[in-house]
Amino acid sequence: MTASSGVDGTPVVVDGVTKRFGATTALDQVSFAVQPAELFGLVGPDGGGKTTLFRVLTTLMLPDAGRASVLGLDVVRDLWAIRARVGYMPGRFSLYGDLTVEENLKFFASVFGTNLEHGYALIAPIYRQIERFKDRRAAALSGGMKQKLALSCALVHRPQLLFLDEPTTGVDAVSRREFWDLLAELKAGGLTIVVSTPYMDEAARCDRVALIQEGRVLAIDAPSQIGARFPRAMFAVRARQRSRLLSTLRQYPSIASAYPFGEDVHVSDSRTDLAPDVIMRELQAYLAAAGLDDARIRQKAPGIEDAFIELMGRAPEVAA
Amino acid sequence: MTQALAALRAFIVKEFQHILRDRQTLVILLALPVAQLTLFGFALRTDVRDIRLAYIAEAPDDATAALRTRFARNGRFTLVDVAPTPGAIEAAFRADRADVALVIASGLAERLRDGRDAELQVIADASDPNTGATMQTHVVAVLTGWQRDLLPQAASGGIEPRIRMLFNPTLESVNLFVPGLIALILTIVTALMTAISLSREKERGTLEVLLVSPLHPWQVIVGKVAPYLLLAFVNVVSVLVAAWLVFGVPFRGSLVTLMAGSTLYALVGLALGVLIAAITSSQLTAMLAALIGTMMPSTLLSGMIFPIASMPAPLQLLSSIVPARWFIDISRGIMLKGAGWTELWPQFAVLTAMFAALMTLAIRRFSVRLD
Repeated sequence: MTASSGVDGTPVVVDGVTKRFGATTALDQVSFAVQPAELFGLVGPDGGGKTTLFRVLTTLMLPDAGRASVLGLDVVRDLWAIRARVGYMPGRFSLYGDLTVEENLKFFASVFGTNLEHGYALIAPIYRQIERFKDRRAAALSGGMKQKLALSCALVHRPQLLFLDEPTTGVDAVSRREFWDLLAELKAGGLTIVVSTPYMDEAARCDRVALIQEGRVLAIDAPSQIGARFPRAMFAVRARQRSRLLSTLRQYPSIASAYPFGEDVHVSDSRTDLAPDVIMRELQAYLAAAGLDDARIRQKAPGIEDAFIELMGRAPEVAA
Repeated sequence: MTQALAALRAFIVKEFQHILRDRQTLVILLALPVAQLTLFGFALRTDVRDIRLAYIAEAPDDATAALRTRFARNGRFTLVDVAPTPGAIEAAFRADRADVALVIASGLAERLRDGRDAELQVIADASDPNTGATMQTHVVAVLTGWQRDLLPQAASGGIEPRIRMLFNPTLESVNLFVPGLIALILTIVTALMTAISLSREKERGTLEVLLVSPLHPWQVIVGKVAPYLLLAFVNVVSVLVAAWLVFGVPFRGSLVTLMAGSTLYALVGLALGVLIAAITSSQLTAMLAALIGTMMPSTLLSGMIFPIASMPAPLQLLSSIVPARWFIDISRGIMLKGAGWTELWPQFAVLTAMFAALMTLAIRRFSVRLD
C-alpha cells in the first residue's frame, strides 16, 4: 500500500465547508475531524445535507467555501489521488443489476487496478455471506444482500477510508444489525469509516456522531455523551390510552417536552430546580386527576434521540 | 498504463455483458436494419410500376388499336376505359380510377398515312407532382418508341429528346435508398444507443460510483463506444448483404472504401451520442435529443429522401452540418458510381473533422464531478 503523501494522521478534516444550490444552503460552515480507525456517524433527517457532505468528501462536488482534506489530500486539488484510495457507497443501490454478483465485484476490482483474489482477504467476512449467490444477477438479490454486495464492491480495492451514505436504508432489521456487525469488524481491522444514518439505534454504534440538520452541525460527540447533553430529567410515561395521555401531558403547565417514543411518551419538566421524584409525584397526581389512573411513570436516562429532538428544537410529528 | 488498459478492458467486457443480456434490445438492434431495408425497399419506393392509363381514342381505327396494343404489352400500364366525353378524365382522376390519360384526336391512321402531325395529348394527375411527372415520362417513352418504329427515316433527321438516366438507368429508388438507409441505421445504433447507455449510468447512479474511481473520462467513453462500433459494423454488413440479395443493389466501387467510410461515420455518431449523454440529465431527455437531433436531420436534411439541390438556400447550408449528408455522398458515390478516394476525399475529410470536433467537445463536457 502506498504511503499517501502529506498524511498528518487525521483521515478526514472538514473546515468551514459551505455548499449552496441556488437559494438553499445545503452545507453551512461544517467543520469536524475524523480520527484514524474511527467509526464516525453523520446523523440527521433527510435533506439535512449528509449526502452533499459525502459528495464533497468523495470529490464529486466542489465546496463553495471552506476546505476539506481526505487522507491528507485536498478534495478539490487531489481528486484522482483521493479516488484511488477511498471506498464509496452512495445512498442508493448503484451496482449493475444485469451483472451477476461475481461480475460486479470483478468489474470494480479491475476498475481500481486490482483483482478479486487480491482484495479477497478484506471482503471475505462479508463476501462469504453472499458468495453462494455469486452467479445470481445483482437485481435479483434481497435488500440486505444488495447492501453487502455494494459494501464488498466498495472494499475490494482495499481502500484506506470508507464512505457509506445511508447504507441500511430500506433494509430489514436483522440485515441492518448484521451490516453494523461487519462495520465493527472492519473498524477493528483499522479501517476509518464515515457513515450516515437516519436511525438512532445505529448512531449509538458509532464511536462519535455529528448531528446534522439543515446543513449545520448541531453537536459532535460520543453517542453516550450526546444523551447527557439533554438538560433536564427525562421520564417515560405509559398508559393504555396513549393519544389521550399525550394530549393531556402537553397541557401540563410546566411541560418542557412531550413526544411519543416507542410504547412510551417521553416527558420533561421545565422546572430544572425540582428533584425528579417530586416531578414524578406531581405528574402522577395530574394524570390521575385527568382520569388516567393506569399511567405508569419512570425516570429514564435521555438517549441520543432525545438529545437530538431537543437540539432540533422541535418534537417529531406525532404518530397516531 | 497497463493498469489503465486493464480497467478499460474490464469496462468493455461489462458493456458487452449489458448488450448481450438485454436480449430484446439486441434482437431489435440486429433485426431493425434488415426490417427497415425491406420497408424502404418495398413500400416506400418512389418509382412507379403499375400505371393506370385511360386510353381515349376519339375515333378508334387501325392505328389507335396498334398503339393500344403497344401500351398493353409494355407491362407497366393497366388500361382503363374512359368515355371520350368532356369531363370524363377529371372524373376518372377524382374517383382514383386512372393515373394518366392519353387522348388521341380522331383520324390518327389517316394523318399518319398523309404524313401529317398526329394529335396526341398526355394528361397526368399531378396531385402528386413527382409521381405525375414520372408517369408522364413513361407514357412519352412508349410514344417515342412507337414513333421511331413508324418513321425510321425521321429518327435520324428529326429532333428527338432522349433522356438517359445515368448510374440508375432503371430509376430504381431502392438503389438510392440503400446508401441512405445505411446512414440512418448507423445513426440509430451509434448516437441513440450510446446516448441511452451512458445516460442510464447517470440515472441509475452507477456513474456516481464510477466517478469515485480512478477511471478517467476517456476510459468511460472508449469503453462505451467500442461495443457499439462493432454492432454498427455488423449492421452495415447485414444491410449490404440484404440489399444485394433481395434488391440486387449494385456495388460499383470498393467495399474497403465503403467500410472505411461507414466506420468513420459510425465514429461521428458515437461521439454525438456521448456528447448528448454528457449534456442531458435523464435517459428520456437523452433519447429524445438523440432522436430529434440526429435521426430527423439524417432523414430529412441529408438528401436521403429530399434532394439537397431542391432545398431553399438556408436549408442547404444547414444540411452541410449534418454528418449523414456527407456519408450519403460517400455511400452513393461508391455503390452507384464506383467512386473512390480521388473523388470522395473531401467527404472523408469533413467527417474526420466532425469526429474530432465532437469527440473533443464530448470529453470536455463529460464532467469528472457531479456538478
